[in-house]
Amino acid sequence: MRNPQLNKHGELQHLLTLDGLPRDIITQILDNATPFTEMAEREVKKLPLLRGKSVFNLFFENSTRTRTTFEIAAKRLSADVINLNVSTSSTKKGETLLDTVDNLCAMQADMFVVRHESSGAPHLIAQHLQNTGRDHIHVVNAGDGRHAHPTQGLLDMYTIRHFKKDFHNLTVAIVGDVLHSRVARSQIAALTTLGVPEVRVIAPKTLIPTDVERMGVHYCATMQEGLKDVDVVMMLRLQNERMNGALLPSPQEFFKVWGLTADKLALARPDAIVMHPGPMNRGVEIDSAVADGNQAVILPQVTFGIAVRMAVMSMLGSH
Amino acid sequence: MPLPDAEQLIARLAADMRPHITPDTALVGIHTGGVWLAQRLHALLGLSQPLGAVDVSFYRDDYGAKGLHPTPQKSEIPFDVEGAHIVIVDDVLYTGRTTRAALNELFDYGRPAHVDLAVLIDRGGRELPISARFCALTLAEPLPAGQNLQLERDDSGALTMRLIHA
Repeated sequence: MRNPQLNKHGELQHLLTLDGLPRDIITQILDNATPFTEMAEREVKKLPLLRGKSVFNLFFENSTRTRTTFEIAAKRLSADVINLNVSTSSTKKGETLLDTVDNLCAMQADMFVVRHESSGAPHLIAQHLQNTGRDHIHVVNAGDGRHAHPTQGLLDMYTIRHFKKDFHNLTVAIVGDVLHSRVARSQIAALTTLGVPEVRVIAPKTLIPTDVERMGVHYCATMQEGLKDVDVVMMLRLQNERMNGALLPSPQEFFKVWGLTADKLALARPDAIVMHPGPMNRGVEIDSAVADGNQAVILPQVTFGIAVRMAVMSMLGSH
Repeated sequence: MPLPDAEQLIARLAADMRPHITPDTALVGIHTGGVWLAQRLHALLGLSQPLGAVDVSFYRDDYGAKGLHPTPQKSEIPFDVEGAHIVIVDDVLYTGRTTRAALNELFDYGRPAHVDLAVLIDRGGRELPISARFCALTLAEPLPAGQNLQLERDDSGALTMRLIHA
């Protein structure tokens, strides 16, 4: 079976997940993002690559940062961007997801940027478009359930490559709520595909998927063990809104044991970088002194996110 | 067709340009051959403005059909375009579409006072109303569409012309 994300020429058709995306495509996206980072120097911050195309931001779940960076990226490529606040629209009146999509296609959509609380929703849309012969319309997954957040994973890889140059000699630790995190799944898929020799996950047992080691990572039960000599620390947000049942005693207790403080960060290599996909819970998963410290690259991540999303959308829009 | 000697053409192009440049003239090379050529001209003409480089991939009119191949380079314009005297430099002038794309990109950085075009070879086959003010060699017979003429650079930095049959 063909990879549903690639067309018959092996080009990117949809971006749904980093799991199973070939290494050369991931590298191509990162390479293509580089020239977009110099946009800030221009008087006119616009490139004509998506001129005349309509990009629909279809957000079934709240998001400010991701939606805004997708919107900026599309606008810098000269696309027309239409934001749909789906929680207050037709779905509330009972319209199905695919009916919504068909209606927007009838309005000449060229690309959908989709966030949905259900894993697989963007995949369902992509499949529907393929089944109905609409190969010129592209889907970008902006986060689906616990499944994937591929552009976040890509911007994290861009950030690591920017600061560390190469993936082949790195030790990377992912810390926190891996169980509920689509970000962690995308990060793990990208890191292993790009050849990072050691990826560790650090979290309480209750916040780790049972089959985590099958994803090619090492589970570390303590921060002391997991952070030792790492080059990159990737913090995750504690996802209160996805938490069912008593997985944790309290946020304060979590911070004491699993929160990233300067003391714990000292176990990592002195030139280690600290990343966070945002929004941060200060004093829960990360201490303010670390979040604002000189090893944090959290704000560059946001800036690189625009260039990476421009790279993805320009590649999709080129065929 | 015997290929013209690139080094001789560069000397001729620099001689053509010399009477017309001022201390403020800035060169902008088009990736990749145009950048190599612009580096040579910059040294030969003793220009003081830093050298600019553009990759016009993002501005090409065939982007929708061909996509981004290969990976674009960073464009760098290290001087203020507003009010500048600029010479766009490319190795070969053909349809004029690359020049059109370079002009569009340049104007996204500001409004230059004056823009000229300098090329080593005009191979004919224009599809847009564009001509080069400075041109070292105009081919007597336009090159057939299937053929491609381009500048190459070896490890020592020497430049040669190469003919590619598509």
